[in-house]
Amino acid sequence: MKFFKSGSIVFILFFPFILSAQDIDQLLEEVTGNTTEYTIATFKSTRIVSGHSIERMQKSQLDFRISHRFGEVNRGGYEFWGLDQSSVRFSLEYGITDWLMAGLGRSSYEKTYDGFVKFSILRQSKGEQNMPVSLSYLTSAALNTLKWEKPGELPYTDRFSYVHQLLVARKFNERLSLEFNPTYVHRNLVATELDPNDIWAAGVGGRFKLSKRVSINIEYYYVVPPLHDYRSLKTYNPLSVGFDIETGGHVFQLHFTNSLAMIEKGFIGETTGSWLDGGIHFGFNISRVFALNK
Amino acid sequence: MKNKNILFLFIFLGFAMNISAQKLISKNGHIRFYSHTPVEDIEANNFQVVSILDPETGSVQFTLLIKSFEFQKKLMQEHFNENYMESDEYPKASFTGQINNLSEINFEKDGNYSAKVSGDLTIHGVTKKINTPGTIIVSKDKVTATAVLIVLPEDYNITIPDVVKEKIAKEVEVTIDVSYNKN
Repeated sequence: MKFFKSGSIVFILFFPFILSAQDIDQLLEEVTGNTTEYTIATFKSTRIVSGHSIERMQKSQLDFRISHRFGEVNRGGYEFWGLDQSSVRFSLEYGITDWLMAGLGRSSYEKTYDGFVKFSILRQSKGEQNMPVSLSYLTSAALNTLKWEKPGELPYTDRFSYVHQLLVARKFNERLSLEFNPTYVHRNLVATELDPNDIWAAGVGGRFKLSKRVSINIEYYYVVPPLHDYRSLKTYNPLSVGFDIETGGHVFQLHFTNSLAMIEKGFIGETTGSWLDGGIHFGFNISRVFALNK
Repeated sequence: MKNKNILFLFIFLGFAMNISAQKLISKNGHIRFYSHTPVEDIEANNFQVVSILDPETGSVQFTLLIKSFEFQKKLMQEHFNENYMESDEYPKASFTGQINNLSEINFEKDGNYSAKVSGDLTIHGVTKKINTPGTIIVSKDKVTATAVLIVLPEDYNITIPDVVKEKIAKEVEVTIDVSYNKN
């Protein structure tokens, strides 16, 4: 009887009591148990306005996006305050796994094709594992296919530009989420020799929910000026303010922004509108999500 | 040798009490809900339902985490948690009740028994008294309890906005299917 230590005697004695005293909440915890609870819905959509949010499409979910930016509102009544002009981007964006998504898009802006990959490195969570923020990485490549008006041929490699971005976000509570996006943009070809090929920028964005289905979003990118600034284009830092309206399977994003482009390369490096001069575009993104599983 | 006898006595006592206090426990029950409208059918499944059924007293308890409901459309699952069930605030749904015709059910004998169950159903922080018929199937190594009940979201203060009224049924069908191991 050596193997019956006093501890096991006590255990056997009390075993039935342990079993009967087990209450249903304990049982539930045992099953779903010490799990880590990951934060969901930090933002309503994969974009805050023009730039990316921390959100991804989940596995097998396909997002069809149609985005428009109208002309600048300071164009006056003849252009119907910009609404006569329109710049558009269509894209299909897909969740390959829960942590990895990829998308392809086409913008009328410089007849650009773009492809991107975004994946999650850390997810905000509480419970077993506590993580104060979510962290993702985004990389994209854009190909400008405008006709080359100057003499000679332009090699295709010169038409590419690349973006690397880290996304750090935190959902503070049901209403408030904030995000910080350090960004690097590389352009293979720039307008003049004095224009920088590399641009660094720091994006900040946030949303505040006004109701369960409506939030107000703000996005701003501070573009770090080059040390020796001889940029040929007078550009401004992009600032956008808008609303997200979610109606079941759709998210409508309506906003005002001083940038025309809807990809990082464009709105970070080539925003020429100024809020102070009314160089603002009205725009919208429509997101429709299809579940392709089953 | 004296010690040994005491030990066996304890073991015997332990098992005796164990048998008399035997409750049926399930850790992997299934609850499904289904909302049908001409526009859209919505279905979600929860396979992590826990339940305790006491054949002695007829008391029945179910509880589950709202977040464990799985939808085909992930966005819908997100909206379900965030906009409708507010699962951060109300993480669980539960039922505590009683089999009212316990004398008609013999948990020792194989067979299908119809059960009348009543009790308190708590969803979204709101508790309502419900009555529902159910079936208890007793077989050699397990007991299965099934029931279908209709739940009205508005009874539980779950508000459905006008834009999606066409898509979400006023009456949601909830199917319960829980197996308890006998041992």
